[in-house]
Order: sequence, then C-alpha cells, then structure tokens
Amino acid sequence: MSLVATNFYGLVDGSDSSLKKFLSTLPGVDQVGAEARAAMLATRSIKTTSKRWAIDTAISMVDLTTLEGADTRGKVEALCTKAVRPDPTNLAVPHVGAVCVYNDMVGIARHHLDLVGGNNIPVAAVSTAFPSGRASMAVKIQDTSDAINAGAGEIDMVIDRGAFLSGDLIGVFEEIVKIREVCGEKAHLKVIFETGELVTYDNVRKASYLAMLAGADFIKTSTGKVAPAATPPVVLVMLEAVRDFYAMTKTRIGVKPAGGIRNTKDAIKQLVLVNEIAGPEWLTPALFRIGASALLNDLVMQRMKMDDGYYASPSYVTID
Amino acid sequence: MTFEYAPAPESRSIVSISPKYGHFIGGNFVAGTKHFPTINPATEEVLSKIACGTKSDVDAAVKAARKAYVGTWSKMSGKERGKYLFRIARIMQERAREFAVLETLDNGKPIRESRDVDVPLAAAHFFYHAGWADKLEYAGLGTSTKPHGVAGQIIPWNFPLLMLAWKVAPALAMGNTVVLKPAETTSLTALLFAQVCQEAELPAGVVNIVTGDGSTGALIVNHPGIDKIAFTGSTEVGKIIARAVASTKKSVTLELGGKAANIVFDDAPIDEAVEGIINGIFFNQGHVCCAGSRLVLQENIADEFLEKLKIRMNKIRVGDPMDKNTDLGAINSQEQLLKIRELTIAGDKEGAQRWSPECALPSKGFWFPPTIFTGVTQGHRIAREEIFGPVLSVLTFRTPQEAIDKANNTPFGLSAGIWSEKGSRILWASQQLRAGVIWANTFNKFDPTSPFGGYKESGWGREGGRHGLSAYLKGVSHE
Repeated sequence: MSLVATNFYGLVDGSDSSLKKFLSTLPGVDQVGAEARAAMLATRSIKTTSKRWAIDTAISMVDLTTLEGADTRGKVEALCTKAVRPDPTNLAVPHVGAVCVYNDMVGIARHHLDLVGGNNIPVAAVSTAFPSGRASMAVKIQDTSDAINAGAGEIDMVIDRGAFLSGDLIGVFEEIVKIREVCGEKAHLKVIFETGELVTYDNVRKASYLAMLAGADFIKTSTGKVAPAATPPVVLVMLEAVRDFYAMTKTRIGVKPAGGIRNTKDAIKQLVLVNEIAGPEWLTPALFRIGASALLNDLVMQRMKMDDGYYASPSYVTID
Repeated sequence: MTFEYAPAPESRSIVSISPKYGHFIGGNFVAGTKHFPTINPATEEVLSKIACGTKSDVDAAVKAARKAYVGTWSKMSGKERGKYLFRIARIMQERAREFAVLETLDNGKPIRESRDVDVPLAAAHFFYHAGWADKLEYAGLGTSTKPHGVAGQIIPWNFPLLMLAWKVAPALAMGNTVVLKPAETTSLTALLFAQVCQEAELPAGVVNIVTGDGSTGALIVNHPGIDKIAFTGSTEVGKIIARAVASTKKSVTLELGGKAANIVFDDAPIDEAVEGIINGIFFNQGHVCCAGSRLVLQENIADEFLEKLKIRMNKIRVGDPMDKNTDLGAINSQEQLLKIRELTIAGDKEGAQRWSPECALPSKGFWFPPTIFTGVTQGHRIAREEIFGPVLSVLTFRTPQEAIDKANNTPFGLSAGIWSEKGSRILWASQQLRAGVIWANTFNKFDPTSPFGGYKESGWGREGGRHGLSAYLKGVSHE
C-alpha cells in the first residue's frame, strides 16, 4: 500500500489553478485513432501455452463481484467460497484477486473468507454512495470508514461525475484526497470514473490524471451499472495514463476495467492491451484487476476445455 | 511475468500452388516458353515457376484483348459489365482467405495485413466500380465519353492483388479490356485472379495476364495495339514509360514513388500520432509508395515524442508473416533488401543516428529491422530518396511554415500527413502541402471512393473515386 501522496507527487500544489494548469498540458485523444489501435490489438491471436497462462492470470485478477439490492448473507458467503476455489474439482486453479461487495456485506465477506481459507484475499467495498456518488461528503467519509472498520482492504469509490462534468475538477480532486486520507494505510483506494457518463476519451484521460495525482492506487472504469463500461479504447487510454504517469513519477498506478467483460476472449483482449500499452510490469493482480461476476465461470470452463480437450456441460461449473 | 504469444500460424493448406504457370490469354491458361522461379521471401523457398512473357505472348494477349473489346465488351451495356464486376467481387470475398494466404506466401507481408487490408480492399474496388459501370453519364465527366480500348497495365510487387484491383476494376467498368503484367516477384495472386475471371465466366479476352520481368513490361508499353498504359512503380521506370509513349497515341497514367512527410505539431494527439507514424512507415514493411517516410516533428516535443516512438517500436513483432500476430514481415526481395541496406549505410555515413529495437531476425529470407534515423536534414540522401523499406527519417521544425517548406522540398508529392488537434491548422497546412493525398490525424487510409495519385514526380492521373474513372475514358469534359 502506497503512502498518501500529500505533496501530490510534486506535480500540483492542491490548488484549483495548479490542477487546471496541469490537466491542460495533457495531449488530446484522437477518437478514431484510439479506437483503431484498440481494434488492432483485439486481433492478436492467443493460443495454446499463452492462452493457458492468460486464463490463469485473468482468474487471479478477477475482483469477484456481487452488487445487487438482493444480495444476502448466503449469496455473499457462496461468492467467497468460489473466490477461494473457483473450480472445486481442481485446486490448481488460482484464487481470485478480491471479493467486491456493498458496504454492509464487508464484515460477512471478511469473516467467511477467513473461514474458508481465503485470508489472503482482500475484500473490496464499493463506497462514497456507490453507484451514483450523490451524497454529502460526511456520508461518503462515513461510508468509507465503516467499510474499513468492517475489514475492507480495498475501497472502490465513485467520483462525483456531476462535479466533473460541470468543471468543478478541484471538487472531485478534494473528495478523492479526503477519501484517500480515510483509507490511510489500511485500505487500497480504487477510483471509479463511470466512463460511460464521462463519455469522451479526453475526459477519461483527464480523470485518470486527476485521480492519480489525488492519491488513487487504482483507476477503475465503471460501476457496472452504466453502459458502455470497460470498452477496450477506454482501457487503452487509462493504460496510457498509468504508463506515462510512471514515467513522470516512478509510481505505478493500477487499472481496473469493470463492466461488460463477460467471457475469456474479452478478458484476454484486456491482457493484450495491458501487455502492449502499459507493459508487462502491469500484468499482476497488484496492478491490474478485472471487475466481473459471470467472467469467472467462463474462465474456469475454458481452462477445463484446455485440460480435457472438450467443452464440459455448464453443470460441471459451480453457479456461485 | 511475461506474456509470450505462442505462434499462431495461419494454415497454408487452403492454397494449391502449381509447380509451373503460364499466361492467361483469351480466357485460357497457355504455356509459357521460358520460366523463372518465384520464392517466398520469408523462407527463400521456391513456390513455383513463372513464365517470362515474350513478344509472341504479348502479341497474343493484345490480340485477344482487341478481339474481346471489339466483339463483346464494347458492345455490352454498362449494366451487364457491372454484373460481371459484382460477380468477381463476390468470388474474391468468398475466396478471401485463399487470396490472403497466397499473397503472404508470395510477397512476405504479414497475414494480418493481407487478410484485413489487401484482400478486402481489392474486393471493395470491384464492388465500387461495378456500381459505376451503368451510371457513367451521371459521373459528371460529360456525355460523350468512350473507353480507350485495350489497356496495358503494369503493377508493382508491394500490393500485388490490390494494385491489380485498382487497375482492372475501373478499366473494365469503363468498358476497356486489359493486358496486365504483375510484378516479377509476385505473380501468384494475379494468376489466382485469372481463375476467378474464369469462375465468373468473364468473356474470353477481357482480362489477359502476361507474367514476366521488365522486358515483358517494355513489350507491353511499346506495343502498337495498346491504347492506354497504366503503370504503378518506381519514378525511374515511370520516366522511361513517359518517354516511350511520348510520340504515340497512347494515353498514360503513372502512379510513382513518394517521400511523404508526416508532420507532427506540438498540439497533436500524441499517442495516436505515435501510432500513425508507426503505421505510416512500418505498414507493409514500408513498401508503400505513399509511406510516411519522413517524420517532420516540432522541435519542442521532439525528445518526448521520439521516446514514445521508441517504446512503441519495441512492441513491433517482426517475423514469420504467416503468424497472425506478426506486425512486420519480410522484405520482398534480395534486390530490395540490398537497396535498403545501401541507403541506410549512406545515412550512417552522412552522420545521421540510426536506432532499431532489439529484435531477432530469422536466419533465412530477407529481413530488415524497423529503423529510425534522427539528426536528418534536407541534405541527407535518406531524406530525399525513396528507401521503400521500414526506415524512417526524422527531421525537426520550429514554425509551421518551416514544416510545410520542408515537407514540400522534394521532387515527389504523393501523400502527406498532418497531426494536430487544431482544426484551423490542419486546414491551413493541407492547403499548403503539395501532395495528392493528405491525411489528417490518420495515415494510410484507403478507400475506393477516394482518388489517389501524385503531384510532381509522383505521377500523372488519379486512381479511385470519380476522378479515377476518367483515366479509362477518352473525351472527358473536365468541369
């Protein structure tokens, strides 16, 4: 867990003018070019040994998620068991990166993970009035500290998109800084942009730098509640941002696409993006996560297929 | 952790290559007299033997083309001609994978490019011109246009099938018949195209293909029975052709060399500009007449930009062209490789700084690593001569006018690129640049609806679009 960047990496001084000045130096993103590059990388053909490696790596990067109003203790506990043993018939399958739940489920998830041998798997809590971010700062802080007190090792906060779109960048920045302070040394901070609401790639780039300067450990595309979400060009722009931020600060920030990544093919495309844009240093759960729920079963099924040479019936994969 | 991509080779089982080929004349494959080998430049494996067209072969082809023109093709309605072109286009799409694999084997270009660019675009050219065949009177070229008659067409080795499509599709749509000579090193897809003509039941003699070397090309250029010459290739040969037809009735279009400037202003979308520079010079191993072979870079962002360019170049995957993950394939021939070596050695000697990423090149075949030269000025040979390989010369500028002056300071004028997020700057620069095709915030984008051609020593006439139709018509009234 990185230290809180109180001096904002020496790149801005925390004032509105310095932030605006910094963000105005960022080059624009050409939409056609960014989409063409992402589409080209989607043609990479990942087969045999590299596919096997990619599947296991992707499994270890999944933030196994349930964010439903209908979530119950039983549902969350089942999810935790699956997080530890994605394929109960094959213990060589790695465990996932984290379990991601709502605030009130954090304690249940933490307790159950510890019970089933997942004490090394962190619980990620969505926070700051997820998914809309529409609440007072006091509520957002309380939301976050509650989750940390209940055992959350990772906080997935949402930014105030209304503030961002209306030009109140310093407002967004200060919110992230405050939540960063609440997280302190106890929790990793992931900042969710909801790229489907920011709409343009220029905004995605701007939000990426804003969040990194404010102390994010990870930048995350989406809540999963809004489409489009983690499209390859959006992830590409964010991977460029963390790559270039590393060149400036020697600090590696993680990236978490979430929303719409449902099958192995999509997940492997994401890994190719990481490999060729940010670089192989980012190919670790410490720096790349995939927020997903249905994806894990497809990864497990494709892994079985590689072992057995045929597709098993879905009955051979646990539903939760 | 490293993410190695396991080899993902495309299967070559879909193509069947005969041990020896003849010519395609009057709707039939006819035996040649003498032959030369055609090789896979990635492995030096001999793929087949190609006939070298002689005077009697060219005579027979011209005769067949004339007979088809007079007897069938010139009498047929545009609508009927269009049907044949649509049929050819559809068959090319159906046999797309076969064409792509054969093109990659014979030419050395990556399968990703032949599959995603060459073959789909070639089919698109037939579809586009098929649509024009019966709508000529609405093309705005006047009401009294007529086809030339027999067109002699000579095409290069860099996009063998695509250049064939650029030539054959408009010629046929406008009512001409053709005698086409593919390049010496890349005849196989043209011969497969001959099979497509048979499959489409194109009337005999409308398309004739005579393979061979430069001597065969000269026989076509100088043949008295040919009404129109269309050539794509080097400026050197283009000049010879221009001289040869100067005192004849033949009309001529030439699509020749280039030394395009890709200008990056400091307000460019940097990541996409890096990508555009990569695409501009390393697409098709730089064997592209409109390649962005000169990077003209604003001095205040030069260091940062070159750093990003080098990082990106490290990701270029050089190797087996049949591997679906290969980005840069083989140089087409030993001869071309020697030319690239000669010019890059001249770059070293003249004091430019060479840089290439570390990449292991296969031991067999013809290979050249992606290369950039910095510290290049207008006076360097590598800034003036067409290298036609994966070699980029980097020049810098301080003011927009200086960028334009440098970009225009070349005998060529085929294409140019502008990278800037500022619309007014793009419009201003595009009006100053003396080049036939100007791309803004993109590069190497081709479409049959868009005319393509050069200023100055880059050629005469246009191919593609409405403008390209007039190359195959006489009596055009220009608006």
